[in-house]
Amino acid sequence: MGGYFKEIFDGVHSLVTGMGVTLKYLFQPVVTEQYPYVAPTMPDRFRGHIELVGDEETGATKCIVCGMCQKACPSGCITVAGEKVEGVKGKVLTKYDLDFTKCSLCGICVESCKPGAITFSKEYNLAGLRKEAYIYDLKKRLEERKR
Amino acid sequence: MNPEIIRVVGYVVAVIAFVALNAAMLVWMERKVAGHIQRRIGPKEVGPFGILQSFADGIKLMTKQLIVPEGADVLLFKVAPMLVMIPAIMCFVTIPFSEQLAARNINVGLLLIFAIASVNVFALLLGGWASNNKYAVISAARAVSQNVAYEIPMLITAITVVMFTGTMNLQEIVLGQAGGFWNWNIFPVGKNIGMVVVMPISFLIFFICSMAETNRAPFDLGEAESELVAGFHTEYAGMGFGLFFLGEYANVFIGCSLSVILFLGGWQGPFGLLPGVHWFLLKVYFLIFVVMWMRWTFPRTTFYGLLNLSWKILIPISLFNLVLTGAFIKVF
Repeated sequence: MGGYFKEIFDGVHSLVTGMGVTLKYLFQPVVTEQYPYVAPTMPDRFRGHIELVGDEETGATKCIVCGMCQKACPSGCITVAGEKVEGVKGKVLTKYDLDFTKCSLCGICVESCKPGAITFSKEYNLAGLRKEAYIYDLKKRLEERKR
Repeated sequence: MNPEIIRVVGYVVAVIAFVALNAAMLVWMERKVAGHIQRRIGPKEVGPFGILQSFADGIKLMTKQLIVPEGADVLLFKVAPMLVMIPAIMCFVTIPFSEQLAARNINVGLLLIFAIASVNVFALLLGGWASNNKYAVISAARAVSQNVAYEIPMLITAITVVMFTGTMNLQEIVLGQAGGFWNWNIFPVGKNIGMVVVMPISFLIFFICSMAETNRAPFDLGEAESELVAGFHTEYAGMGFGLFFLGEYANVFIGCSLSVILFLGGWQGPFGLLPGVHWFLLKVYFLIFVVMWMRWTFPRTTFYGLLNLSWKILIPISLFNLVLTGAFIKVF
C-alpha cells in the first residue's frame, strides 16, 4: 500500500519537474537561425568547392600550371591547361575547369598544391536547374572577383 | 417572424463562428507554444507573428478534394467528420460565458454536456471503421476504450461537485462561487472547511480526465503517429481532416471551460470584482495553455500505462473522494 502512494507521488513529482524545465525553456531566447533572412557565417574549416587564390597585391593567380591537382584528383574533375608566353618564366594559366558534379570535396587537390593556389570556398547556396551550371570556370571566377 | 427563431439562429451562427475562430487561434497558439518550448520561433511568415497562418492553412484544406478510399463505407465516411463537430457545437448551448451570455440556461446543463460529449467518441469509431484501414480501426478501438476508462472518474468527480453545490445547473454552480477566490470550488475555505481536502484532488482528476477525453497528448494514443500513421483520420483529406481538427480544439475548449465552471468560479472575478466574460475567457485560455504546456512536455504513455492510470489510480481515488464528500457535507 505504501508503494502505491509512493509511486503516485514520485510520478507527480517527476511530471512537475518536467513541466518546470519546459516552462524555463519557454521564456529563454530562441536558438534557431532564420536562414533566408540571416545568412550563417561559415566556419573556417568549411569545405565548399575549390577556388583559385589570388595574389594579395596583384590579384593574379598563384597557379604555376604544374598539373598536380589534376593528377591527384581521384574523380578526375579538374582540367588545367597553360601555355608558354614570351618573357614570362614558366607557364601561364589559360584554363582551370572544375566539374563539381563529380567532386566529393576530399581536398586532395588542395593538399597537393605546392604554391597554395587553390583553397576551399565558402559557397553553400548551390541550387541550379541544369547540370552545366556545376561546371565552374575557376579562372573566370577569379577574374570576376578581382574586379 | 418569431423573434425566438431569430435568437436561435443568431446563437447558432455565433457559436459556429466562435468555434472556428477559436480553433484557428488555438492552432496558432499551440504552434507558438510548441516552438518556444523547443526554443524555435514557430509560425512567423503569414501576418504579424504568423497570426494568419491557420487561416492560410484553412483555405488550403478547403480547396482540397475529399477523397473516399476504395472499399470504404461512403456514407459513414462522410458523416463521421460532421458527427465530430455537431456534439462539440451543441455543448456550447449550456456553457455560461457570463451571467447574461448563455444560449440556454438548462437545469441539467452538466448532465447534458456529458451526454452530448460522449457522442464524440462514437464519431471517431465510425470514422475509423468506415475508412477501411487497419490503422484507423486500431486507433478507433483505442480511442473508445480510453474514453470508456476516463468517463468513469470524470463523472464521479463531477458528482462530488454536484453533491457539494446541490445543483446541475451550470449557471447556478457559478453563482454559488461568487464573492472571491476563497469561495471557488477548488479551495472552498469560505464555504466548507472539510472540502478543502477533497476539491483540489477532484480538480486534478477532472482536469486529467478531460485531457484524456479529448485525446490530447500525453493521452493521444488514438493518433499515435509512430504506430498508427495518423490514427482514425489517416484516410481523411482536406476539410474532412479539418473538421476532426476543429472538433478536437472545440472539445479542448469545452473541457477547460467545464473545469473553470465547476472548480475555478466560472465568470466570477478572483476578488469578487467585475464579474464577466473576460474572467471566464482568461481562466479558460490559461487552462488551455496548461494543456498545451503538458502536451509539449510529456511523451506519449503506453496503452497499458494509460488504462492502469485510470482503473488503478483515478477511479479508486475519485470513489474515495466521493465518500469523503458525503461525510464532510454531513459533518461541517
